[in-house]
Amino acid sequence: MKQNMRPLIMVVWLAILLACALVIARTKFVSDLSAFMPKAPSERQQLLVDQFRDGIISRLIMIGIEGGDAAGRARLSHELANKLRNTGLFVGVQNGDPATEQRDRAYFFDNRYLLSPDITPQRFSVQGLHAAISNSIDSLSGDAGLILKKLIPRDPTGETLQLLGRFNGNNQPKSMDGAWASRDGKRAVLLAYTRAAGTDTDAQSRAINTVRQVFNGIPDRKAGTRIVMSGTSVFTVKSRNTIEGEVARLASASLLLVICLLLLVYRSTKLLALGLLPVLSGALVGITAVSLNFGQVHGLTLGFGTTLIGEAVDYSIYFYLQQARKTHPGIFWRTIWLGVATSIAGFAALLFSGFPGLAQLGLYSISGLIAAAVVTRYVLPTLLPRQLKLRDLSRPGLALDSVLNRATRMRWVVAVLVLAAGGIILAHADNIWNRNLSTLSPISKADQQLDLQLRSDLGAPDLRFMVAFTAPSEEQALQDAEKTGIVLHGLVKNHVLAGFNSPAFVLPSLASQHARQAALPDSVQAPQRLRQALEGLPVKMERLQGFLSDLQAARARKPLLRADLDGTSAALLVDSLLVRRAGDYLVLMPLRALDGSVDHPIDLDRVQAALQSTRLPHIFVIDLLEESTSLFENYRHEVMLLSELGCLVIFALLLVALKSATRTLKVVAPLVCAVICVTAVILLSGTQLNILHLVGLLLVVAIGSNYALFFESGRQTGTPAEHRQMQVSLVVANFTTVGSFGILGLSSIPVLSSIGTTVSLGTLFALVFSAILSRGKIGLTSS
Amino acid sequence: MKFLDKIRPPVIVWLALVLPTVAFADDWQLPQLMHILAQNKARKATFVEKKFIGILDRPIESSGDLSFTAPDKLVKRTLKPKSELLILNGDILTIDQPGKNRMTVSLQEHPEVSAFIESIRGTLAGDRSALENLYTLKLTGSPSQWQLILTPKQARLSNIFSRILIGGSDADVKTIDLDQRDGDHSEMVITKVADR
Repeated sequence: MKQNMRPLIMVVWLAILLACALVIARTKFVSDLSAFMPKAPSERQQLLVDQFRDGIISRLIMIGIEGGDAAGRARLSHELANKLRNTGLFVGVQNGDPATEQRDRAYFFDNRYLLSPDITPQRFSVQGLHAAISNSIDSLSGDAGLILKKLIPRDPTGETLQLLGRFNGNNQPKSMDGAWASRDGKRAVLLAYTRAAGTDTDAQSRAINTVRQVFNGIPDRKAGTRIVMSGTSVFTVKSRNTIEGEVARLASASLLLVICLLLLVYRSTKLLALGLLPVLSGALVGITAVSLNFGQVHGLTLGFGTTLIGEAVDYSIYFYLQQARKTHPGIFWRTIWLGVATSIAGFAALLFSGFPGLAQLGLYSISGLIAAAVVTRYVLPTLLPRQLKLRDLSRPGLALDSVLNRATRMRWVVAVLVLAAGGIILAHADNIWNRNLSTLSPISKADQQLDLQLRSDLGAPDLRFMVAFTAPSEEQALQDAEKTGIVLHGLVKNHVLAGFNSPAFVLPSLASQHARQAALPDSVQAPQRLRQALEGLPVKMERLQGFLSDLQAARARKPLLRADLDGTSAALLVDSLLVRRAGDYLVLMPLRALDGSVDHPIDLDRVQAALQSTRLPHIFVIDLLEESTSLFENYRHEVMLLSELGCLVIFALLLVALKSATRTLKVVAPLVCAVICVTAVILLSGTQLNILHLVGLLLVVAIGSNYALFFESGRQTGTPAEHRQMQVSLVVANFTTVGSFGILGLSSIPVLSSIGTTVSLGTLFALVFSAILSRGKIGLTSS
Repeated sequence: MKFLDKIRPPVIVWLALVLPTVAFADDWQLPQLMHILAQNKARKATFVEKKFIGILDRPIESSGDLSFTAPDKLVKRTLKPKSELLILNGDILTIDQPGKNRMTVSLQEHPEVSAFIESIRGTLAGDRSALENLYTLKLTGSPSQWQLILTPKQARLSNIFSRILIGGSDADVKTIDLDQRDGDHSEMVITKVADR
């Protein structure tokens, strides 16, 4: 390199680093899980993800109070609910308190003539009134008659009962001592609905902490009483804390490991600092590239990507060792570039992944790796001391050489291992893949169990099956919901469904409310018709004055709006089923399967066919479970295809660069063996493979190809002493990779541990197999 | 005396067996009634019920049948004027009305809904502790014509009705009357269906 180029190189390098630092200073770092949730390809899947992320579900915090006796829990529940309502952080807190139940009953009773779909002109004709009233009188004969009789004076046509009948079958939480309780009665349960959006993780975290603080601050709280919480936002906050904690911990652990290894090899802090420069430059460039492309950087990308480009430490190791000898730089660099190219081919497959997190990882690794290689090639030489003093590694080199020479005779062991591993894989052939998306979730089994329990305690709607559509306005949305409701009602009658829910049940469209008001007789007609209708019935007109005045009040009143629901539990229903979005309204109508059983499927084709008659353009019915399973399958196929393509590109690159099929096979063989053996080990440990194991296998090929290449190319040229040096550096490089990925493998976050275990094991196998299969017997002739 | 020595043990045994009944024969008490009632493991009966409701000019009458299976299952099937099926099994009351969704209610959660039918079941079962969960019990009359008065303990029940009167003869329950706070009341007459 020409001396006069040095200042220029330094200036360009520093300028780029400065620019990167500026971008990074403005970068938003996130650590929620959304980046590792697949980007939904279809409209309906996108809709579900949106609803999951922004809808009311993401704002619900389910709270359980445990310990003590039922009366004590009920008291805590009321105190907690009252205090939380006063914090202003929550739009609503429900715990089954008598006041809310009173408001709910009042809402349905007071507004019965606007709410009930049975309100038609026929119902208020003389015949209609007669039929409805005699039906109500007959109802009094039943067991509940003595309670129902209270309704007769104001509601002789039985509208309130008709209305409430629609909600039967919607599971209400159990009530104990005036507060909601779990099915087994051992826990008081509450539902809090945050004001802040579900995506605002900081605000969600504040809300969750507030709940805990308020609970702990309740005076005279019995020892042994405790609070448990669950819900999407609780999960989000929890996993964010886990990810933040783990990424920092794991990153520093692997950095420490790399530093120790390098110190062990170099025995020089100066060389150590220089050796880390390519990695650090790569990390800065990588973060910048991701930030510019994606608008944000995920914590996992950061933790992971830095481990990935840890491979770049290897470059400086090779480089120092070569530099000390000052021989064959051409061949050395050709091998490095080929290694970089194969790694990039592997990482590039990630770029096209539907998981935004994986795509970030791909971009980060590629840009980081290129930057690291360029810095090693052009910047490091300008910074190196003129006289490079390396620790003499010839003794460990010789020792290693003799081990490796013996290893070459172990080819039959590799063959046996691979055959056995192949057998294991074949034996597991039917259940290699884990098809459940939740295996990627960092939420522990115990937490998922608690979530399930609280959900069933609270009678939270089972959102597996639902009809969804969008509308331009709230009024249109409610009208369409009513139209759809008629179709669904028909399906309930035909025993296709057990029932459904609709926002229009509690908030009818203005059009319907006006039509119902118009169906009520005026102050002149009403008494006349009622008098005729009562002929032959055992009720006197005088007793029904309340009915007549209620009718007139209903005719004259303003229609119900969303605000009229405030303070009732029906508000929550409307907000969760009628979702206001940027440009439109999303309507969700959950369906209940027959039997009330979760596993009992609904004939969705029949539902979809029936829905055609609504003529709504974008109406569809979804099975959430089916949808998420197929989503997972799609991604598995996608990652599979991308991995295969990645491997193919690597193979092609090797073929072109090595210009020999035999040499290429020598490089590829140990990689294939490594992949087979790692897969077998994972399966043997009782783990099913998920998408990220697959990504890990791709990385094994991408990183492992470097070892095979160096062993293979070492055969061609150089002195035996150089080969020994090269071997030592390969082993050191491998140990840094195995170590830092091994640390990731210990993570409690499945995304990290899946890739970590696969790569650390796989690269170790790749090194050993490369030594056995790709290496020639050079050591023997020289020693 | 040798003779007496021989017969003494049987006499004492006989006395021991007979004495309690003799001693309490004119003091008819709750444990005896419950014991007698509990002997019936299954029974069937028909009922006719009249409800006297203030807002209606005349009482409304309903009829149907009852069947009880020990230990705690009672089925009340109303046939006229509107069919209705009530099944109280353990803690769960199931209400089936034609054309409507089946409704289930937990006894413990909603005693006001199921208190009445629980009083019938508890009496038929001779289950004193079940009855005493909800009511204070008082027994009057003689074994051949007894009357059991049930007064609700919980405010949410006593706000609705003041007492339930159950009349019977030996192991047979004959009438069940309910007095509501507002003056309305109902009378149920039960006729045993002969076992086959």
